[in-house]
Amino acid sequence: MAQATFEEISASDFFYRNRDIAGFTNPSRAIFAAIRELVENSLDAAESLKIPPDVYVRLSFEGEASKDTQIYTLRVEDNGSGIQPKHIPSAFGQVLFGSKYKLKQMRGTFGLGGKMAVLYGQIMTHKPAYITSSTGAAKIYSFKLMIDIQRNRPIILDRKVLINKEQWRGTIVEFSLEGDYLRAMPKIIEYFKQTALVNPYANLTFVDPKGRLYKFTRATTHMPEPPKETLPHPYGVDVELLQRLIQVTPYKTMPEFLKHHFHRVGDITAQKFLDFSGLSPSKNPKKLSHEEVVKLMQMLKRFKEFLPPDASCLSPLGEELLKAGIVKELKPEYVVVHQRKPATYAGHPFIIELGIAYGGEVPKKGSFVIYRFANKIPLLYDEASDVSFKVINAMNWRRYKASPDMPIAIVVHICSTKVPYKTVGKEFIADRPEVKREVANALREAGRQLQHFLSRREHVDKERKRLSIFSKYLPKIAQFSTTLAGKEKLPDIERLLKSVQKYGAEED
Amino acid sequence: MEQKKTKTRILERKNEVISGLKSFGTKLYDQLDQGVFPTINMPSRSTENINYDPVLRQFILGDKSVSRSARNIRHVKPFTQLAWAAMFSNELTTQRKTSTLRDVYYSAQAYEMTFTDQQESNNIITDLETVTGYSREDFNIFPEERSAVFGDLTIEYTVPGYEGRTMNLTSHPDGVLIGPALTSSEFAGTSADKVIAIEKGGLFTRFIEENVHRKHNALLVMTGGQAPRQTRQFIRRLHDELNLPVYILTDGDPWGMHIAMVIIAGSANAAHLRELNTPDAKWSGVWATDIVNYKLPTDPLDEVDIKRLYELQKDPRYKDDPLWQREIKTFLKIKRKAEQEAFSRYGLTYIVDEYLPTKLEETK
Ligand SMILES: Nc1ncnc2c1ncn2[C@@H]1O[C@H](COP(=O)(O)OP(=O)(O)OP(=O)(O)O)[C@@H](O)[C@H]1O
Ligand SMILES: [Mg+2]
Repeated sequence: MAQATFEEISASDFFYRNRDIAGFTNPSRAIFAAIRELVENSLDAAESLKIPPDVYVRLSFEGEASKDTQIYTLRVEDNGSGIQPKHIPSAFGQVLFGSKYKLKQMRGTFGLGGKMAVLYGQIMTHKPAYITSSTGAAKIYSFKLMIDIQRNRPIILDRKVLINKEQWRGTIVEFSLEGDYLRAMPKIIEYFKQTALVNPYANLTFVDPKGRLYKFTRATTHMPEPPKETLPHPYGVDVELLQRLIQVTPYKTMPEFLKHHFHRVGDITAQKFLDFSGLSPSKNPKKLSHEEVVKLMQMLKRFKEFLPPDASCLSPLGEELLKAGIVKELKPEYVVVHQRKPATYAGHPFIIELGIAYGGEVPKKGSFVIYRFANKIPLLYDEASDVSFKVINAMNWRRYKASPDMPIAIVVHICSTKVPYKTVGKEFIADRPEVKREVANALREAGRQLQHFLSRREHVDKERKRLSIFSKYLPKIAQFSTTLAGKEKLPDIERLLKSVQKYGAEED
Repeated sequence: MEQKKTKTRILERKNEVISGLKSFGTKLYDQLDQGVFPTINMPSRSTENINYDPVLRQFILGDKSVSRSARNIRHVKPFTQLAWAAMFSNELTTQRKTSTLRDVYYSAQAYEMTFTDQQESNNIITDLETVTGYSREDFNIFPEERSAVFGDLTIEYTVPGYEGRTMNLTSHPDGVLIGPALTSSEFAGTSADKVIAIEKGGLFTRFIEENVHRKHNALLVMTGGQAPRQTRQFIRRLHDELNLPVYILTDGDPWGMHIAMVIIAGSANAAHLRELNTPDAKWSGVWATDIVNYKLPTDPLDEVDIKRLYELQKDPRYKDDPLWQREIKTFLKIKRKAEQEAFSRYGLTYIVDEYLPTKLEETK
C-alpha cells in the first residue's frame, strides 16, 4: 500500500508560495510593494508616538540580474518609535508576527508586509537584511538577519550594540532585492505623491537609482488624534476569535466574559443577551462545547440591542488635514472636503472622508481623477474594481453641474479597524452596502458644495463674457450711428456699459 | 423709331434711400444719447407671418413684428452688424459705389465685425431691407448673378462718370448685362411694345439671331434660370414705366413654371419688399398642354419633379388660378416634361415663326 506523504508548511513557506496575493507579483510590482510596505511601517511607527514622520527612502543600483531586472539596495529610515531589541528579529524574520493585532486603526494589519519584502529580497538575492533600531534609549541595536523559510524563524547572523550618544530614535531597514525600477518608477513616484497627500504632516524623501531626489515636504505639524484601542464588537466576531478569547480569559462566568472581552457590553446588556440567547449565565466559558461556541457567535450577531461601536479606535485625517493634503499635492483652484459621521459594517466601525478638487493643476482627463485611500495608504491598483469607482461613476453628476471633462479630482479615504479589502494585497475596497452608502452620501454632500462653486463660477464667467460682449459692440453701434446720422460727437455710452453689469443673467 | 421718354425716378429714389438710412442712424444715435439701449422693431419674416395678398398679387408680411434690442446679449451682435450694414450702405449710395454680397461679407472684417459666414451677412442685409423697406439693390448691393437684356431701349446712365450718357440696348448682339449701371439708369425711349423674358441663354441668343426683337417688336430679357431680384425689379420697371406687357418663356417642367411664377407673384423670401414682381406678366409657355398639343419630345418627370408639383398645387400663388391648376394637373397626368429646345425637332426657326406668335396671341 502506497504511503501518502503529508507535509506541513510554515507560514513563511505559505506566503512565499503565494507571494502574488501579497502584491509581489512580478519584478516591477515587487519593488513597488517592498517600498510601500516599509514606508507604511515607518509612518505607523512615527504616528504611534504622535510625531510628524520623517521618512527617507533610497533605492540604489547594485548590478544587473537578468535582461530586464537589476539588483537594488533598498534603505528605509524613519524617526518612529523604534523596536524593542528583543522583538527586532521576529518583527522582520517571522511572518504573522506583529504588534498591530489589537483593535485600532493602523496601516499594518496582517503582520506580514515588512517580512514579505525582506523574504522576497532574500529569495531573489540570497543576501541578509540589516535592521538598525533604537527606541531613543541608551543603545542602538543592529541586526543582520535571514529568514528560515521552512521554520518561519529569523536566523541572526550578526548583532551589534552601539551607544546612542545623540539619542537617536527610529529604525533603518536595508536589504537587497531584484526588480525592474524603470517600469515601477511611475507607480512609485505616484505612491509618494499620494502618500504625501494623505499624510500632509509627513516629510517624505526618495532618492532613486539614478540619484534623482524626490522631496515631499510637510504642510503642517498638526496630526490627527491617535486611535484608542478597543475591544471587538459582538457583531464583528467569528468562531476563531471567540476560541482565542476563551483560551486566554481569566473570567469564569458568561456575564464577566462578555463584559470584559467585548465592546458595548455592560451588566445589563450581558444579562439581556444571555436571556435572548438561552445560554446559561453561570456557565464557565472554558467549558463551552464547539457547538455552543458556534451558537454564541450566531446569537451575538442576531441580538439587536448592542449599541454600534464607537469610533475612538479610528484616526481619520479630519477635514482640515485632508484639505491641507489636497491643496499641497494637487494645487487645485477650489477644494471641498467632507467627513461622514462614523458608521459600521459587520461590527466594524468606519469613517469615510472625501474631498473634491477642481481646476488649478488638476488635469483634465475626460474622466474624474480618483484618489483612493484606506487608513492613510494610497490604493494604486485595480481602480475599476473599487467601490468608490463604482459609486462615483453611478452618480448623476449633471445634477451637480459637474462633468467628467472638467478638471476634477475626487479623493476618497476610508478609515476602519478592518478595512474591507478584497485581497491581502490591500489594493481595493469591496462593495459592502454600508460602505457604498457612506461614500455616496459623502459624494452628494461634497457635490452640493461643488455645485455652488461651479454655479458661482459660471455666473462670474457669464458676467465677464457678457460685459466683454457689450464693451465690444456698444461702442461700435455708437460709432456707426454717429457716422450714419451725420453727427460730430459720439453719444455717451458709459452709463449703459455700467448698467450691463447689474442685469445678471436675465435673458437666459 | 417711336421714342417715349419716362419720368425721372432713379435719382428721386436714391435720395429717399439715403434719407431713410440716415433716419435709421439718427434713431439709434438719439436712443444712445438719451442713455437707453437702442431698440428697433421690424415686421417678422417668420413663415407664419408671410401671407399672400391677392389684391397686391404678391407675398407680404403680416402684422407680427419682432423687436431687436442692443440690451439683449444675444441681439447686440446682430444689432451692431445691422448698424454697420446701414452705415456701409449709406457709404455706397452716397458715394455711388456698388458692392456684391460677397464684398459686404469681407468689408465687415475691416471693422472687426467679422460675420461667421456668408449666410449671416446676407441675413443682416435682409434685416436692413426689412427695417428700411428698401431693397439691397437700392443700397447698391448686388448678388453675383448674371442676366441680360437686348432690344430697342435707350437708357441714360446715372452712375458716376457716365451721367447723362445714353446707350441703345441693341448695340451689343450678346445682350447687355443687367447690372447696377443698367438698373440705375433712366429709361430714355423705346419702340418696343412688349417684353419677352426667356429662361435660358441659348434660346435668348437664338431669338436675337432670329431677329425676334424686330419681328415681334420686343425687348428680350434673359433670366438665367430663376430671375435675380434686380432682374425682376427691372422687368417690373419695364412694365410700369414703359407700360409694356410681359411674356415669359420657360422650360415645360415644374421648375420652369415656377421661374415664371416668381417673376409674376414674387417669392416668400422677398415678402418684406415691394415692386420686385410683375403681377400682370404672363407665362406663355412651355405649358404641359403644349407638350401634348405640339407633340414635343419629352423626358419622364422624376420623383422630385412630381413632389414639387404637389407642393405647387397647394401654393397660394397657384391655388386659385385655373390656368396654373390645369397645367399642374396635366403635368401630373402625362408625367412628362420638355425643354424649350425640344421645338428643334420641327426645325430651328419653328419656335420663332410658329410657336411664339401663337402663344403670344393666346396669352395676351
Ligand atoms: N519602521 C518600524 N518601526 C517600528 N516598528 C516596526 C517598523 N517596521 C516594523 N515594525 C514592527 O514590526 C511588525 C511587523 O511589521 P509588518 O510590516 O511585517 O506587519 P504589520 O505592519 O503589522 O502588518 P502588515 O502585514 O499589514 O504590514 C509591526 O507590527 C511593527 O510592530
Ligand atoms: Mg507593515
